[in-house]
Amino acid sequence: MSALAELGNLGKSSAARPTKGAPNGHRPKATRPKDNRAAFIFLAPWILGLIAITVGPMLVSLYLSFTDYNLIQDPNWIGLDNFTRMFGDERFWNSLGVTLTYVIVGVPLQLGLALIVALALDKGLKGLAFYRSVFYLPSLLGSSVAVAILWKQMFGTSGLVNQLLAVFGIHGPGWISDPSTALGSIILLHVWTFGSPMIIFLAGLRQIPTMYYEAAAVDGAGRITRFLKITLPLLSPIIFFNLVLQIIGAFQSFTQAFIVSGGTGGPSDSTMFFTLYLYQRGFGQFDMGYASAMAWVLVIIVGAFTAINFYASKFWVFYDD
Amino acid sequence: MTTEAAPHSNVPSAATAHRTGAAPGAPRAVVRPVPPSNDAGQGSNGDAPPARRRRLPRGDLALSPRQRVKSLLKHVVLIAAAIVMIYPLLWMLVSSFRPSDDVFRAPGLWLAEAHPENYANGWNALSSPFGTYLLNSTIVVLGAIIGNLVSCSMAAYAFARLDFSGKKWMFAAMLITIMLPIHVIIVPQYILFSQIGWINTFWPLIVPKLLATDAFFVFLMVQFIRGIPRELDEAARIDGAGHPRIFLRVILPLMTPALATTTIFTFIWTWSDFFSQLIYLTSPDVFTVPVALRAFVDAQSSTDWGSMFAMSVVSLLPVFIAFLIGQKFLVKGIATTGIK
Repeated sequence: MSALAELGNLGKSSAARPTKGAPNGHRPKATRPKDNRAAFIFLAPWILGLIAITVGPMLVSLYLSFTDYNLIQDPNWIGLDNFTRMFGDERFWNSLGVTLTYVIVGVPLQLGLALIVALALDKGLKGLAFYRSVFYLPSLLGSSVAVAILWKQMFGTSGLVNQLLAVFGIHGPGWISDPSTALGSIILLHVWTFGSPMIIFLAGLRQIPTMYYEAAAVDGAGRITRFLKITLPLLSPIIFFNLVLQIIGAFQSFTQAFIVSGGTGGPSDSTMFFTLYLYQRGFGQFDMGYASAMAWVLVIIVGAFTAINFYASKFWVFYDD
Repeated sequence: MTTEAAPHSNVPSAATAHRTGAAPGAPRAVVRPVPPSNDAGQGSNGDAPPARRRRLPRGDLALSPRQRVKSLLKHVVLIAAAIVMIYPLLWMLVSSFRPSDDVFRAPGLWLAEAHPENYANGWNALSSPFGTYLLNSTIVVLGAIIGNLVSCSMAAYAFARLDFSGKKWMFAAMLITIMLPIHVIIVPQYILFSQIGWINTFWPLIVPKLLATDAFFVFLMVQFIRGIPRELDEAARIDGAGHPRIFLRVILPLMTPALATTTIFTFIWTWSDFFSQLIYLTSPDVFTVPVALRAFVDAQSSTDWGSMFAMSVVSLLPVFIAFLIGQKFLVKGIATTGIK
């Protein structure tokens, strides 16, 4: 119970106003001195990591984004050149478009399916544990190279999907080799991994007090009314939380596109994800300055999406407290 | 369940109350006029503490024929969906035993004759036997697990139990790093690690974990420690224990479930992680499983599907076993923090 209440809280307080440093109201009164020395010792690895592995590299990458750097010669300050080059770089815009399509189509489909299945599994269903495992397993395996290889075969010209279609007399296209369907195949892989948001939805559904439904049933509310007036509002913090997390995750997808396209982002750049293009520029062509600039653009886009999400949440997320 | 249940009694028998943790409830009736009956969802979950909630025993006798048809239909739909979900994985498993030219002719799961030699072929297809890559992955995974367990639990103790200056912004920084794309630090990190000569070693994959950079686990453990009654450490403090002792003797033993969750997630994620292993490991003798699998695909140019699937199965097997062993902790971990 408390875990989920916290989960709801996270939606409200983590990025917008992350002031929940102190544990839930049990904070000792000011009678005790601060534990600064002990805290520093316990936090030493984390602080070192924050400085050496996170914040330090962030600053360096910010610097590099204004330079021309190929790992061999010293970085050469070129001001905003990397960013202005981006404006004229068709492949950059294409990669942005591919990634946005993936996020905007893939995430709602995945979350919608997660919610539908969670609703179907809710409330005393026989064999819940079995169904939950089966639906959850793909999301554990989905980001692996092995499953990406499987996907590449499944949606190949003579792959599993077309073999199954042939049973019904349909002659399917080469899904992966056709630029118009290649991205769709990868989106489908993303949708297939709906298991982990589904589990979060299931946990959320179990927190809704059944008396609400009982009261509504007594008042004669139908199934749809109860879903719209009780389930959706009370689940909205969870929906919001899933949305924020899945969007952030989807923007960073890499493995699937890399393996399915053999590292090329093809056919015709149709699966050239933003991160894949970043990888090609940085670790293929050693254009580290450009890659760093792209990384910062990604941070800004993800940050903007998250901020918009938090702003918009005021209008549809309902907190029961 | 069907016989002992008194459908309209509000008082569950001791027997049924005792079983709520394990016994799956009967399919849910759509509208149930008797109030306390709708709690079945609480108890039917395998990992809910038993007898936490009162649940009205409901057997199939309680269902009208119409409701029974409905619940049957629901199961039919769910089973069909489950088959669709799991079909690709089963097909991959079956295909890994098929001769390669058959892979393209058989959408079914029927295996006429098994060809285990696919596994032998795949195992020896690259410059080192596949066992080398399994071992490399194991080293990386073990290092990451130890790193995450030690460093994240320490940080979590400080955030959950200690009062110190700058706590609020540090906690905020920790939460923000959860959402930070790795791409914004990967280039300088790569430069840093290449300058200390760590490319093609496992250090770039292990050392960051020793420094609690997987902040979701810090968050997960903070959430968990907050649920441990403070009276326990207050008592230890009165007995004269300092923070190291409270941490090691009181908190750590109580947070085993959170540590188990961390272990399993670290295992699965590090095992499947591709991006950073692809970047840091370029020499075939240090390849981990995902990088080797990718090299395999490139080398075979997608012809030998049989052995490719065989090695894919080998690479997924540890994840699958971890899933079977740690399901309870996986589900809990996700439900608590929303991490995948």
